[in-house]
Amino acid sequence: MPEIKRTQLAAEHERLGGKMVEFGGWWMPVRFAGIVNEHLAVRSSAGLFDVSHMGEILVTGPDALRFTNKLVTNNVERLEPDQAQYTCMCYPTGGIVDDLLVYRLEDGYLLVVNAANIEKDHAWILKNAEGDIQIRNESADYIQVALQGPRAAEILAPLTDARLETIGFYHYALGTVVGMPAIVSRTGYTGEDGFEIYMKGGESEASKLWRAIMERGAAFGLVPVGLGARDTLRLEMGYMLYGNDITQDTTPLEAGLGWVTKLKKGPFIGRDVLLEQKERGLQRSLIAFAVEGRSSPRHGYPLLFNGVPRGEVTSGGFSPSLERGIGMGYLSAEAQAVEGQLAVDVRGKPISASRVSLPFYKQGSHL
Amino acid sequence: MDEAIRCTSEHEWVRAEEGLAVVGLTDYAQSELGDIVYVELPEVGARFEKGEVFGTIESVKSVSDIYSPVSGEVKAVNTELEPHPEFVNQDCYHQGWIVKLEMSDPSELDDLMTDAEYEEFISGGAEE
Repeated sequence: MPEIKRTQLAAEHERLGGKMVEFGGWWMPVRFAGIVNEHLAVRSSAGLFDVSHMGEILVTGPDALRFTNKLVTNNVERLEPDQAQYTCMCYPTGGIVDDLLVYRLEDGYLLVVNAANIEKDHAWILKNAEGDIQIRNESADYIQVALQGPRAAEILAPLTDARLETIGFYHYALGTVVGMPAIVSRTGYTGEDGFEIYMKGGESEASKLWRAIMERGAAFGLVPVGLGARDTLRLEMGYMLYGNDITQDTTPLEAGLGWVTKLKKGPFIGRDVLLEQKERGLQRSLIAFAVEGRSSPRHGYPLLFNGVPRGEVTSGGFSPSLERGIGMGYLSAEAQAVEGQLAVDVRGKPISASRVSLPFYKQGSHL
Repeated sequence: MDEAIRCTSEHEWVRAEEGLAVVGLTDYAQSELGDIVYVELPEVGARFEKGEVFGTIESVKSVSDIYSPVSGEVKAVNTELEPHPEFVNQDCYHQGWIVKLEMSDPSELDDLMTDAEYEEFISGGAEE
């Protein structure tokens, strides 16, 4: 078994009494005060997340744009100098290697990838490298925290020289936070306004950053948030979780990520299969649903259509905001073409479900 | 914790009360599970053997079975848990009780851990 990795903030979480678990090879807090409490704090005020386990891979060089655009499904050419975009990276089969953010930096492109996929992604990028480029896996150097919630900007403003009011959604500024150089990005995984702050450094910089934000946020109701609430918050928005909703066996089109799949932008890895899939029509696609009663759909539970299994729940659970069970899963195109009753097989019992439009939670402060 | 209770290695407690066995989840269990959002209760009249699954408890994060600590027939279920599953978090030994069983063999209680033994059990690495 490989050693469990610790972020620069692991000791801080332990000091705060976070309940620590292994997640994707990392020793991470799953909760502090409790998932529901943390979730509601982010929706109403603000929460601070350690996401330093995420990976950062830098692509530089004269051919960085051309290469990055070949690698991902979204159109990197459209990025302005201070902008980021959400995208997928596919195999030639159209299956997804990972979902990621691409930041256009002054000297290249920063690819922010999922923690559990860092080595896989890095190897994939190296394998496909072409042209005059340099690829550097800088994941271990970066501290990343996410400050999320309607009060995030008020909390962060006095701690940074970045002019937050000028940073639009999915844009960033370079500046200092708590006196240290950082990328301040108006992005997140919660549906609320907020920032993801990237900074190079070790434990002492990370603790300094974390403590300064927590101290400043105390009066605003800022709480530390673990991976448990990170998952419930993103599920309420219908955001993808790699390994659950999207995998090497699902395509961006099936996952409803056509909006980041620019088939007309020119060649990219997976495009031929995706074009064909689009022309032929999808055999299945990801749907969202809410269930009756108080039990929750969970990852792996069968999706029933007129009583017959026609798919599987990929993400599911109790929504603290809506106070009911919600989920997503792939349902066959045949079952979607006709009228019928959707249900989830919850431990042998069919529980009625109704399809809903995403996001599940529609009152987020940044939609 | 209540001195009159007995506990199982699956983290249920049982307390004899007016001839019935009142069953619930221990404080350790509710704390490990976190926010409880649903308790699936058995039917009154159902019979369970010791160690048999009689219900399910869902937290935000996980789903767990609840095992019958003793054999017997369900005489009452805590219907208050339907609107208020959080009672298990807030007051697991009283307001958060789950079922009351009529024991078919009260001597089974003697096989369970005492309060002190259970405390030792959970501090001795009950976490996997």
